Amino acid sequence: MRRVAVVGVGKTAFGAFPDRDLRSLAVEAGQKALQDANVGPAGVEALYLGNFAGPSFVGQNHLAPYVAGGLGISGVPATRFEAACASSGAAFFHAWSAVAAGIYDVVLVGGVEKMTSQPTPRVAEILAGAGDMSGEMRAGATFPALFAMIARRHMYQYGTTREQLAAVAVKNHANGAKNPLAHMRKVITIEQALAGKPVAEPLTVYDCSLVSDGAAAVVLVAADRAAEFTGKPVHVLGVSQTSDRVAMDEKEDITTLRAVRSSAEKAYAMAGVKAADIQFAEVHDCFTIAEILSYEDLGFVLKGEGGPYAQSGATCLRGERPVNASGGLKSKGHPVGATGVAQICDVALQIRGEAGDLQVKRNEIGLAQNLGGSGATSVVTILGAAK
Amino acid sequence: MKTGTVYTETVVWSPPEMYVNDAPYQIAIVDLGDRRVTARILGERVAIGDQVELVEERNEVPYFRRRAD
Repeated sequence: MRRVAVVGVGKTAFGAFPDRDLRSLAVEAGQKALQDANVGPAGVEALYLGNFAGPSFVGQNHLAPYVAGGLGISGVPATRFEAACASSGAAFFHAWSAVAAGIYDVVLVGGVEKMTSQPTPRVAEILAGAGDMSGEMRAGATFPALFAMIARRHMYQYGTTREQLAAVAVKNHANGAKNPLAHMRKVITIEQALAGKPVAEPLTVYDCSLVSDGAAAVVLVAADRAAEFTGKPVHVLGVSQTSDRVAMDEKEDITTLRAVRSSAEKAYAMAGVKAADIQFAEVHDCFTIAEILSYEDLGFVLKGEGGPYAQSGATCLRGERPVNASGGLKSKGHPVGATGVAQICDVALQIRGEAGDLQVKRNEIGLAQNLGGSGATSVVTILGAAK
Repeated sequence: MKTGTVYTETVVWSPPEMYVNDAPYQIAIVDLGDRRVTARILGERVAIGDQVELVEERNEVPYFRRRAD
């Protein structure tokens, strides 16, 4: 298996952009990544595109060749990957597999979603398609409702509190306020977070990530050719994608995201590191409770200790292990198909020392964790400065 | 599927399009012993550990309520 490196990153701003269509967002991110890597469209051997629900949100199918055309890429494989909110994480994993296997030397991985053209109840219904439509969703669940039920059970089993959930939101908003590409650049207080309008009890609007438009892209190459493209390659030390049941009522213990656990274990083994070695991370805080589960299931703390860890300040920008320095899905925004690759961009920029006001101090080894649905897909990627 | 125990629950305030007129409503994952189902809760609110009983099924969705003692 060959080593693989990220040599170009590109992101659009995340937000509500009524004047932008899906393709223009994807093309902007792709062009930025190609420019960053000094690669022209003719140098791209394949396009892997993550997108959850373009057909439902904007009525467009056959997305990958559609985006490739906009980038001037033609005559090569161009394929869309769908794995709910882990769509571009899955695209990244499969792109990595192909480069590591020696099939391609240079590939472009993108992720895009255009969500804000639909009213909120319709968005909730489209997103619900990532759950079990014949069971939980038919009974009236939504994604906030599924994570609310996880939060309730986590509170019951481990004593997790509303204040601990709110601490995640306050931290991520504090970070996102400094991120020029973030959707909601607004500092919030614990009091505000606790007094938010209910969405699905015990979660309020401040526990939920944003409905956003946006795109992100990276250029992946065989590591032995990385010097042709950049002086600052970021190496993929470990990456894994695993899966679990879609329906939450089929899981034995909903307070553990088993796919996060298994993908993390495999990625750590591939990288030859332990959870304790991870200096900073971008994790999938689609809801505040999800960030707390990530602390536990990535092995940063033991099961049940995620709430106190959130409150301890350890994961703040200047804490011992910054988590979601970008603002996370909560504040940066969550155009679902773009999120996985956007996280990888953010980790790579930290390792390159190019994260601006959000730069973390210890930046040699970082992790990105991208979750699909209520945990049926997980992709964990470990990136580092040295091979 | 007559009686069960509430494994977890939530009250939905921001519903999907098809249930926009029902909100707020409570749903729960009900433990039936050999399996769990996601159900609607009728009547008074329930909490984790409460005993519930099946009232009816509509459109393949089970509706439970707190079990009368």
